[in-house]
Amino acid sequence: MQPDRHEIALSVNGTAYRREVEPRMLLSDFLRHELMLAGTHVGCEHGVCGACTILLDGIPVRSCLMLAVQSDGHELSTVEGLASEAGLHPVQQAMHEHHGLQCGYCTPGILMTMTAYLKENPSPSEEEVREALSGNICRCTGYQNIVDAMLAAAKAMRETAP
Amino acid sequence: MKPAPFKYVKASSLAQALSLKAEHGDDARFLAGGQSLIPAMNFRLARPSVLIDINGLSELAGCSGADGGQVRLGALTRYRALERDGDFLKACPLFADALPHIAHPQIRNRGTVGGNLSHADPASELPAVAVAMGARLHLQSASGEREVDACDFFIGLLTTDVQPDEMLVDISLPVQKPRSGACFMEVARRRGDFALAGVAAIVTLDVERRCSEVRLGLCGVGETPVDASSAAEALIGETFSDRAVEVVAAAVQRMIEPAGNVHATADYQRHVAGVLTSRALRAAYQRIARAA
Repeated sequence: MQPDRHEIALSVNGTAYRREVEPRMLLSDFLRHELMLAGTHVGCEHGVCGACTILLDGIPVRSCLMLAVQSDGHELSTVEGLASEAGLHPVQQAMHEHHGLQCGYCTPGILMTMTAYLKENPSPSEEEVREALSGNICRCTGYQNIVDAMLAAAKAMRETAP
Repeated sequence: MKPAPFKYVKASSLAQALSLKAEHGDDARFLAGGQSLIPAMNFRLARPSVLIDINGLSELAGCSGADGGQVRLGALTRYRALERDGDFLKACPLFADALPHIAHPQIRNRGTVGGNLSHADPASELPAVAVAMGARLHLQSASGEREVDACDFFIGLLTTDVQPDEMLVDISLPVQKPRSGACFMEVARRRGDFALAGVAAIVTLDVERRCSEVRLGLCGVGETPVDASSAAEALIGETFSDRAVEVVAAAVQRMIEPAGNVHATADYQRHVAGVLTSRALRAAYQRIARAA
């Protein structure tokens, strides 16, 4: 079969990219291997683990369950775009302070899931945080420190909100 | 793993998508949310030679409604949109219960109603909800269109009545009737996992508060979603009572044929289905009382 190739134009963390891709290339692989943004991790490649979660036009999605060609014309955010020159994002800072990671493999997916969640739900209960985290598997921490970090991040973000 | 090679076409109109499907038949698949199809392609359980991406067809997305007591959901409507649509959840409260059980937020952000129903996973929540509500499914092809009752749509494991040249384009749902209550409950190993058993129940009372209609749809307990409404005979024409509910739950347990799986034996699934039937019926009834 003649490889079918498509040109796509997208933005990732505010930077515009234009590439030609084979349609079967997964968005997760495109980010890692074509754009060299290896912060997006690949765990299961069937939508269960959540490690590859990114934001598509601000909404968390599994990048292993999208084709790169589908990202044409969209704005993506990955973990590389979270920190600014001023320092870590409050969610990253809280994960650091509360020891919310051990091996760190699940962390980028959790950060992307939860930054979007806390933006929409600034005052979640512990139960709601656990529900929001249900689509991200962590095999090290037992989640307790991640939950603590998210509640602390929510508080920090509420206090600094204009 | 990665998908096998395929030709990708981003459809610019429904007519184009249907004409491509007519041309390629079973070798082509429609790509909607991709939350079941892409994993299947990653595992190479699905190897379409042509993928027709319908995500640009905005006419297929959205909820319009309440004309003649019906809500019409476009097949490309994402769960995310429904979860945030207060008017829709009020018109079809069974969805308010069922949506949070469908996978995880990231999946619900992409997954679509039409994709879910067309995939026809018997453990999935939405097919059972569609069966319980008596949804009508609107299929279209390049050469015509037709409507199918949800009960006739699911014909086997991952198998529907959709023909190789057809697309499920929208779904009509009846708005909840007066003096009705609905409830969906399921048991799964973990939040977001497929159900070991799940029950969608709708109870409608007449003006004298006797049960005039009881609808039951089950997921996870057979090769298709199960319409168990006929098991609710003991309630029809009667005042709602725990005793009648237990008779219905026992009838449901006799009616279903769960296969058992790595997480639960068939007996356990049958037990859970009975318990959930009782609980969902009681909760549905209590919601009518609260609304009145």
